[in-house]
Amino acid sequence: MSATAGRSGAERAGGAVVTDAYEMVVGLEVHVQLKTRTKAFCNCSTDFGAPPNSNTCPVCLALPGTLPVLNARAVELATRAAIGLECEVHTTSIFARKNYFYPDLPKGYQISQFDRPLATGGCLRIGTTAAGAPIAVGITRVHMEEDAGKSIHDRFAEATAIDLNRSGVPLIEIVSEPDMRSAAEAGAYLRTLKQLLEYLDVSDVSMEEGSLRVDANVSARPRGETKLGTKTEVKNMNSFSGVERALEAEFRRQCGVLARGGTVEQQTMLWDGARGEVRPARSKEGSHDYRYFPEPDLPPLVLKDEWVARIRKELPELPAARRERFAADYALGEYDVQELTASPAIGEYFEGVARQHGDAKAAANWVMGEVRAALNAGGVGIDQFRVRPADLARLLDLVRDGQVSHSAAKRIFAIMVQTGDRPEQVAEREGLLQEGDDAALAGWIDEVLSENPAEALRYKNGERKLQGFLVGLVMKKSKGRADPKRVNQLLAARAGA
Amino acid sequence: MSVDFAAMSAAHLRDAVAANEVEPGAAVRGSFARSGAVGAGRDGLNAIIWADAARSTREADALAERVNQAQGSRAPHGSGRELLGVPVAVKDNIATLELPTTCGSHILEGYVSPFEATVVSRLRRAGAVVVGKTNMDEFAMGSSTEHSAYGPTHNPLDPTRVPGGSSGGSAAAVAAGVVRIALGSETGGSVRQPAAFCGVVGVKPTYGRVSRYGLVAFASSLDQVGVFGASVDDAALAMEVLAGLDPLDATSADVPVAPYRATAHESVEGLVVGRPKEYFPESLPPRMRERCDRALAALEAQGAVVREVSLPHTDLAIPVYYIVAPAEASSNLARFDGVRYGLRVQGDGLRGMYEATRSAGFGPEVTRRILLGTYVLSAGYYDAYYKKAQEVRGLLAGDFAAVFGSGVDVLFTPTTPTPAFRIGAVSDPYEMYLNDIFTATANLVGVPAMSVPVGRIDGLPVGGQLMAPHFREDVMFRAAYALERALGEEAHR
Amino acid sequence: MAVSETDVRHIAALARLGLPEGRIGALVAELNGILAHMEELSKVKTREAVPVAGVAAGGMPLREDTGPPLPLARARDRFAPAVRDGFLLVPRLATHTAAGAVADAGGDAAELPE
Repeated sequence: MSATAGRSGAERAGGAVVTDAYEMVVGLEVHVQLKTRTKAFCNCSTDFGAPPNSNTCPVCLALPGTLPVLNARAVELATRAAIGLECEVHTTSIFARKNYFYPDLPKGYQISQFDRPLATGGCLRIGTTAAGAPIAVGITRVHMEEDAGKSIHDRFAEATAIDLNRSGVPLIEIVSEPDMRSAAEAGAYLRTLKQLLEYLDVSDVSMEEGSLRVDANVSARPRGETKLGTKTEVKNMNSFSGVERALEAEFRRQCGVLARGGTVEQQTMLWDGARGEVRPARSKEGSHDYRYFPEPDLPPLVLKDEWVARIRKELPELPAARRERFAADYALGEYDVQELTASPAIGEYFEGVARQHGDAKAAANWVMGEVRAALNAGGVGIDQFRVRPADLARLLDLVRDGQVSHSAAKRIFAIMVQTGDRPEQVAEREGLLQEGDDAALAGWIDEVLSENPAEALRYKNGERKLQGFLVGLVMKKSKGRADPKRVNQLLAARAGA
Repeated sequence: MSVDFAAMSAAHLRDAVAANEVEPGAAVRGSFARSGAVGAGRDGLNAIIWADAARSTREADALAERVNQAQGSRAPHGSGRELLGVPVAVKDNIATLELPTTCGSHILEGYVSPFEATVVSRLRRAGAVVVGKTNMDEFAMGSSTEHSAYGPTHNPLDPTRVPGGSSGGSAAAVAAGVVRIALGSETGGSVRQPAAFCGVVGVKPTYGRVSRYGLVAFASSLDQVGVFGASVDDAALAMEVLAGLDPLDATSADVPVAPYRATAHESVEGLVVGRPKEYFPESLPPRMRERCDRALAALEAQGAVVREVSLPHTDLAIPVYYIVAPAEASSNLARFDGVRYGLRVQGDGLRGMYEATRSAGFGPEVTRRILLGTYVLSAGYYDAYYKKAQEVRGLLAGDFAAVFGSGVDVLFTPTTPTPAFRIGAVSDPYEMYLNDIFTATANLVGVPAMSVPVGRIDGLPVGGQLMAPHFREDVMFRAAYALERALGEEAHR
Repeated sequence: MAVSETDVRHIAALARLGLPEGRIGALVAELNGILAHMEELSKVKTREAVPVAGVAAGGMPLREDTGPPLPLARARDRFAPAVRDGFLLVPRLATHTAAGAVADAGGDAAELPE
């Protein structure tokens, strides 16, 4: 597959080896919607999916004479995110107007933060290099701003449709240092960041729903060079893998330009996921003149030290800490730990089961196995799952105590998933409780042996392979309720006697 | 028996209504009658540009219910009777639910706000009745009310002259006796200057004293709703009703509202009145100087002490004002784009619509100021202009802090250099801006200020300006009451 | 710092003002006249600005994340110039091409027709 360089300015993914001579430098700007009930500057609901323009009011419609009043919870969530990203939180920060014209920007300016943001100087640890060195991506800043509405271009033939429900929803913008050196690192950054923000419980962080959006800045420089090359901005990526592919494509394009002795133009590129290519956005090159100035309708945001300290103290357990704790407290291996800490809810569920049941490994296996399979099949999240952790723990107790067989347990579990009933109830109802009482088992064994004297004799004389046959008969006689493990033991003991 | 409502203070009127001596709708009817008689509407003085007599009268009559709950004539704050039956006019940049809010602009022609300004809600809660929206310079940008899309307003004392601006319509409505109380807005002197030109009282409160929610923004860090009164007492009463914290305005102040009318008969013995020399320059016309010094003498006769002081950075106020205000305005007026409300003019695509709408909708002064404001905020110029101007503002604030900190209770200056000029006489933009020379500092620094009539020059009113420290409207009113009392009829000669 | 015709055209474009060609010359003169008076500011020594209005000594007042939305006394279609199916309509962007997405991500849109 040859690179089709230059045609319509598009570069296809999968190009020449010229990229080896260059290093990719990536910075990411991530916009995250904060999960508040109301908007940043007015009491309109932030509910997703409402009829167009139904969540609007004089303020977010920018009617003449309206004023913004900031949502306290948005400040709290933004601060929590900044602390989780190890930033320095500035007790005084200032809002600013970013002025530009667009139909989904009602005021003709966005209220954001410019030179006095909420937080600066943090870091996100995204894993280790092959050699085991930790990779930390610097966080330049975290600042608060409001979202714009939505422009829909293909609903009506001759017009663009504007829906301002999203206008005014509170966002944080997380800007990274240009510390990433590959598309894979960018992907790791995004996955780690999303997980962290989930654990912090500040956002739904769903790219599909638009509560997490990514813009990338990417440049190329000859390997060994320390100065940064000219960067371009890449937009319109709808998934993490889309980000990775877009970065590869743009990097390849820039390398092509540099290899030919050209210079990279500073511009905005749009990712076309369907075609797998980047192309220039049809707007003038160079940066827009946003004429930032401090927002005169909002005094400086002043955070009390005690308030910030409380947020810090009440921070939920973060992924890294939880991974360490699971490994230590539950003696789980790395794979299990990664799986069980993938989302905060799964980890909480697992712990609920493990703490009650006691056997962490069994709990882990069930959560990673049966529970996850059930969630996938039902298309639900763990928060809508009908099997409570205590009940799964109880089921595992029954297995451990021999009251149900492993296969019976799976059947019981399937029913619990549908009904939410307790395991003992289901087991009794379905007749799946095993008989573990030795006396009862002995009785059935006696019956089987007396009904099959020839086989009984041969078994007693050493034909061990008849054990399975005899156990099977005991199982039939007990209508499946005998604990096969115990039957085997008793039968073997008889033979030995 | 016909009552001359124009001669009855708002407090007396509401007392009479509350005591059932006067029908609640009587003064409102009187207001419309007076408006007709003096031609305050669009075919005359053009002070009141939108009105609905039937609706206002119905609203007034419905106040009868509140009268029945009234016990005696005292109307404490929040009683719903502070302005019972009192007709008021409202500047057309303040949002009202039934009458249009056009800001004197073509771009909002026919726009009726679907929400009400906090100040209007407070007036109505106090029993006042809005009898009309008043004319203004477009988007409050002007000092003469000649820049309205709905024609100029004429000064009732001399219809060939301007009433001042930008709140010229409200000033004229009070001067013509149509209402005793009218709302205006202040950004650089837009209440005080027309008050001086029309011979009425005009008050700009401390920045943050009165809610801006519902006041269409011109320059957000300077804007305040202001009040015109036929007398100091009318203005003080209105201020008591309007002032106070509003959770819908993050710049409104959580400071208790003093009972301003309680200062009505307080002595000014020992009150230190500062006379800043920069406001009495060589170039000040002699008769203006004389009227102001006469006013100061009147205060001295009451026991006040006049002291020469200096506000050294005064001459920087106009350059600072004409950078900060247009800059903020250029941003505040970006929302007038034809998308969600107001005028829309088709053009070539979206960009064409924006440009066609805004060029058709904005007048030349607004266009000029948006350009100026956009320029001083633009890349490469922000530091030299906007940022610098904001820093100089700090110097101006320092002047006031120093003077007030040295034992001066209030300042007294002329409100304007001259009385009202003729319509069409001033065409150079910068010359028009100089009208704000004595008033703009108070907006830039945020201190309360008011204009009180102090005499006439060739039959035209002139005003004297009082300024007090932040949130000390009480001291300012005390001095104003005393001055009004001391001058008596001289204030109108 | 004098303003040129190019400057005025550029600022007018930033502000979406659609100035008729005939006005440009006059506006250049007017703006330069006004700006000339601002030059005295450059001679004044100042330090970093401190917020002047001084309203909120305790900083910005915040509001709770709860409560009913502010009401609209009239429906949107009573004051909006063009509404259909609840959407506000505007002319399609002259330069718009959908790069595989039907809705802009909003915020700093790449298709800004600067």
